Amino acid sequence: MSYGTATSACRAVFVRDFGLVWRRRGDALNPVLFAIMVVALFPFALGPEPKALQQISAGAVLVALLLAGLLSLDALFRSDLEDGSLEQLVLSPHPLALLLACKIAVHWLTTALPLLLVAPLLGEMLYLPRPVLGTLMAALALSTPLLSLIGAVCVALTVGMRRSGMLLALLVLPLYVPVLIFAAGACNAAQQGLPTLAPLLWLGAALALALVLAPLACAAALRISLN
Amino acid sequence: MNPLLLWFHKLGSPPYFYRLAGRLLPWLWALALAGLALGLYGGLFVAPRDYQQGDAFRIIFVHVPCAWMSLFVYFFMAANGFIALVWRIKLSETLAMAAAPIGAAFTFICLATGSIWGKPMWGTWWTWDARLTSELVLLFLYLGVIGLYHAIEDRRQAARAAAFLALIGIVNLPIVHFSVNWWNTLHQGSTVKLFGPSLIDARMLWPLLTMAVATKFLFAASLLSRARVDLLELESGKDWVRQIALAEEPRA
Repeated sequence: MSYGTATSACRAVFVRDFGLVWRRRGDALNPVLFAIMVVALFPFALGPEPKALQQISAGAVLVALLLAGLLSLDALFRSDLEDGSLEQLVLSPHPLALLLACKIAVHWLTTALPLLLVAPLLGEMLYLPRPVLGTLMAALALSTPLLSLIGAVCVALTVGMRRSGMLLALLVLPLYVPVLIFAAGACNAAQQGLPTLAPLLWLGAALALALVLAPLACAAALRISLN
Repeated sequence: MNPLLLWFHKLGSPPYFYRLAGRLLPWLWALALAGLALGLYGGLFVAPRDYQQGDAFRIIFVHVPCAWMSLFVYFFMAANGFIALVWRIKLSETLAMAAAPIGAAFTFICLATGSIWGKPMWGTWWTWDARLTSELVLLFLYLGVIGLYHAIEDRRQAARAAAFLALIGIVNLPIVHFSVNWWNTLHQGSTVKLFGPSLIDARMLWPLLTMAVATKFLFAASLLSRARVDLLELESGKDWVRQIALAEEPRA
């Protein structure tokens, strides 16, 4: 019996996951709406003065996107677990880490990429200084895949649980802190007119590391929780 | 078989470990309490006042050993988690999970004493300095491990999942340790050095080192006490536990 190549298996995962998202394309907008609403809360809480909002704009956008990503993480394996296809992935003869990397990639493309596209609008809502926008986008482009990869490992650990929302946040947020520190560090440096390359390079290095290690860790975690 | 290897295999068996821990425990508690008493006496009464901070510096005799322990216990937990995941040794799962609450307590004491010292010395309870922040993240990691362990119904699967999380979190340990060198923020660098002469007066150094050893014994005693109870719970259907329960019954 032949199983096909690993490439065709990856293509099948891509086609299936994109198909599933496309059929429920209304849901895909939810993280974006969530992020817009969170950002809209800041002017209500802090008052509408542009100067005060400008001070916190980059950080507020980063935190709003991080939280939106956190809320969408839960859906990464949820439906696959319910219809049993997650077990099939684990049982398949192809490397599980590779298939999971495809799933994480689709998840990033369908939830984080729309957030990335809407980030300039979010910045504008909080009077983000124009020169900082480039740095913010670069920091987001490097940090959102990193957040998805780290988050996927923690989701894999909690996949069997019924109400895992709060627990997932407890597991994921400490690991998100360093990413947030470097991303915010780059934006703060840009706001003060300082060089921003060092924190961005740190993020890039962490992303390179996570791209290799996180799918392997995710596969190991999934095997523990599916047992 | 090599006698040392044989002993190691025997140690992994819950009934043998239970009896061995029971014999060691009185000694460990005695050493821990004696060491703590000696270290605290030396630190609070014998050591001279600091020329700048006066008596307020004496909190380091609690703060620094607890900070060392917060890292040491995490490393112990992650190492046991690694053993549990690779070789599937049940005892290592129990030890890793029994260590988590103790480590969280040491981390909390370290943060609390630091903040009590920080109010008169730095003029603030808390500052977002690299060392403080990474230690706070360490506390959150401990709490995440404990939370995950208690959220999964099956004890052994829960221990393996939590051990895996502990292994991921180990990237934070070098950050905590080197944070004072990598970032030049408020928290001072280390004055006690493993290699080369320490920057602290010998009359202050010996109580500190006594406390460091005493907290190790305190951890060992507390760990074995917790692990014994956890083993009884985990193995509650087994014959050896039933025999212990039957032996205890007439006394109760």
